[in-house]
Amino acid sequence: MLANAAYFEPWYVQIIKGIVIFLVGLQLVPLVLVAERKVLGRMQNRYGPNRVGPYGALQPMADIIKLLTKEQFRPRTSIGFLFTIAPIISVLTAGAAFALIPFGDTQDIFGTQVGFYGVDLSIGVLYLFAFSAIAFYGIVLGGWASGSKYSFLGAMRGAAQLISYEVSQGLSLVGVVITAGTLSMTGIVHAQAGMWFIVPQLVGFLVFMIASFAETNRTPFDLVEADGELVGGYNTEYGGGRFASYYFAEYLNVIVVSGIATTIFLGGWMLPFGIDQPGWLDPFVVLGKMSVFVFFFIWVRATLPRLRYDQLMSFGWKVLLPIATLNVLITAIIVVVTD
Amino acid sequence: MQRFVPSLPEDQLERVAVPAPGAAGGLYRGFGETLRGLKTTFARMVEGPTTLQYPEEKVPVYPRFRGRHKLHRFEDTKLEKCVGCSLCAAACPADCIRVVATENTPENRVSAGERYAAVYEINMSRCIFCGYCEVACPFDAITMGHDFELSDHNRSDLIFTKEMLLAEPLERTPLRAEGE
Repeated sequence: MLANAAYFEPWYVQIIKGIVIFLVGLQLVPLVLVAERKVLGRMQNRYGPNRVGPYGALQPMADIIKLLTKEQFRPRTSIGFLFTIAPIISVLTAGAAFALIPFGDTQDIFGTQVGFYGVDLSIGVLYLFAFSAIAFYGIVLGGWASGSKYSFLGAMRGAAQLISYEVSQGLSLVGVVITAGTLSMTGIVHAQAGMWFIVPQLVGFLVFMIASFAETNRTPFDLVEADGELVGGYNTEYGGGRFASYYFAEYLNVIVVSGIATTIFLGGWMLPFGIDQPGWLDPFVVLGKMSVFVFFFIWVRATLPRLRYDQLMSFGWKVLLPIATLNVLITAIIVVVTD
Repeated sequence: MQRFVPSLPEDQLERVAVPAPGAAGGLYRGFGETLRGLKTTFARMVEGPTTLQYPEEKVPVYPRFRGRHKLHRFEDTKLEKCVGCSLCAAACPADCIRVVATENTPENRVSAGERYAAVYEINMSRCIFCGYCEVACPFDAITMGHDFELSDHNRSDLIFTKEMLLAEPLERTPLRAEGE
């Protein structure tokens, strides 16, 4: 069956939706940026940025302006075309994955049925993994095209890490897909009307969260950019706008993963205890749940040190993958038996 | 697994938990330790920041803090205490004090003694704030103040003249209260 993307919406609604989602996503990144620095500061008994704007709220603006006005520098050994296109791939795939997060059910706005999501694909989860697989090219090409040893090492680490943990991440969602009986994101949310999937799929949730830390290259799995060892990892040679693109993609990935976790395990726009909120509140419910995950990401960054490389690999293949596989098997057996 | 520190007496034994190798047990312990770490960082956040917002909030200095120098006058006669003996310049290990002394005349009496300092300069970019000048001075004419914010845009601006040192300084540094 072909993906029937946004099949009932007129073309102008889709364009407006695209713009709105792009703008919301664009605004979320600086928010997460400043939130990360402030929460990280508080967890280290200091204030964090509080000079630019009220309570340091304009700090990301200052950072972005500083980065964008810098010189576009390229090392002599770099491969021009790939060097330029690599950060674009990163941003593009992160943005494409963002389109998948449902911020609410289909609402009736002035007689037009509008879904509060970018696209609702019948292959939603597969689409997600397709784009996170392409996102990996952003990192590998960036490191390769830089023509620098540190970047290359970072990119190779990134390749190994992303491949290892994508397997576990994918398997951790299979349990949910089996239980819900659909790959569509909104379908999965609707399947959670009785109970959020975090309860029956707790193991899958834990595996997904751990693998997400590796997929987004965040501590304790930030070996890709381990500043102490590799200067900056795959983005060592990048500066200015291109570096800003990588940075943007990194934080957008954190937001996307939070959104996916919200959708798949925390019931998307649904509130617990059968509270039925009006439709326009749906996006705020989703954003609220996402912010819990984003806070958790920051919290873990403040807590855990980086893993050693062999620990990362053995944890991914010897611990996470067997647990994820067992989770899928047991879920499948239970679904077949109780069917 | 527990490790004992044998040198301590029995009631002060310190037990140190060591993560033992092993998959399942290690995973369980690692999970527990991760939760403990998360609790620690969260507690730090609840505790609140302990840093001071420097330009607005300043750490109070102790009364004997050695900051920017001051030259003094007699309270009653308003004559300068400095008699231009150059002992401070001689004591200065950084060699940053320059004194040029001149005779007092009945028409122009500046200091209480025979001579006075016509030129008294301290090069603050050289000064190491050791306080030897204060110790060397036989008339308590020079003392160390409390100001430490001396940065400027020009090196030449950091050469403090007699007028600047004699002027009542802007007290920009809070003083620590007695017993604090």
